[in-house]
Amino acid sequence: MKLPVKRGNVVFAVIVLALLSVSAVFAFQASSTPVSRLINPDELVKILQAPKGEKPLMIQVGSHVLFQQAHIPGSEYIGPASSESVIQQLRKRVEALPRNRFIVIYCGCCPWGHCPNVKPADDTLRAIGFTNIRVLYMSDNFGANWVDKGYPVAKGD
Amino acid sequence: MGRKILIAIAVFAIAIGLFFVNRHRAVPDGGLTNIAKHPLAPQLSLPDLTGQTLDLSAYRGKVVLLDFWATWCAPCREEIPQFVELQTEYRDQGLQIIGISMDDGPDPVRDFYQRFHMNYPVALGNAKIGELYGGVLGLPIAFLIDRNGRIEAKHIGATDVSVFEREVKALLQAQ
Repeated sequence: MKLPVKRGNVVFAVIVLALLSVSAVFAFQASSTPVSRLINPDELVKILQAPKGEKPLMIQVGSHVLFQQAHIPGSEYIGPASSESVIQQLRKRVEALPRNRFIVIYCGCCPWGHCPNVKPADDTLRAIGFTNIRVLYMSDNFGANWVDKGYPVAKGD
Repeated sequence: MGRKILIAIAVFAIAIGLFFVNRHRAVPDGGLTNIAKHPLAPQLSLPDLTGQTLDLSAYRGKVVLLDFWATWCAPCREEIPQFVELQTEYRDQGLQIIGISMDDGPDPVRDFYQRFHMNYPVALGNAKIGELYGGVLGLPIAFLIDRNGRIEAKHIGATDVSVFEREVKALLQAQ
């Protein structure tokens, strides 16, 4: 490829850097999870409270202290999925499950766009072949988007 | 012509990127919760990172900014350097910032404390403390406590430091 002239080189480099920066922003943000794989709190509550229908395996992939204060009844705690050691634990937890198992992962530690945990968990589960994963969308945090809405809550471990 | 198109795409891409990065930037009031009756701040007594007991009652007479945070919380990481500056600026006037980390263990907190040159005490929180403070179910959450130990403000989510500074100054000047 013929390189542009010197000034053009700078412009070209800026363009490449800009595109790479935007890619990085998208790559590490929970907000990059496609809408089709999100589930809203009210939708999940309906599923959990329905008399029939498959109930999901729910896994909290955030803070243990937050989990102990309040979590979705029946959900399991695995740890903050931003940690590689937790990702390994997640793999072990699900390895024996059928790959079409309905799984919901959630965190609620911080505003959606800043959550470091749900995307690594979602990526891991999809990478090992799970096809029925939904990520619980919470725009602000678990307190505001679940507890304060009056949805079912359990405490402790 | 092709180069102009590329530049236009780059500018658009930067704008989109900045939109997503800043979508959850600190907002001016950061989810301020009105504390109608200004209750006494629940007592907390926890070991800090040095092993010393951090006792909130020992800071009666000072204005306390009590910050619940965690090392993995991105908005918290943005606030803390600003808290370090605030502590330096207003320490002599009676401001004491206290950090309560909601991490699962002390190691990442100690590492963070040193890397970010934190200049105020930090203790490891737990579910009981979170419940005492009304439920810490998202981070960051910060409380402003006056010299008499009463909660004057509660901020949920990242908050612009100018808001904290304004409130701190008002509390420092109050009788």
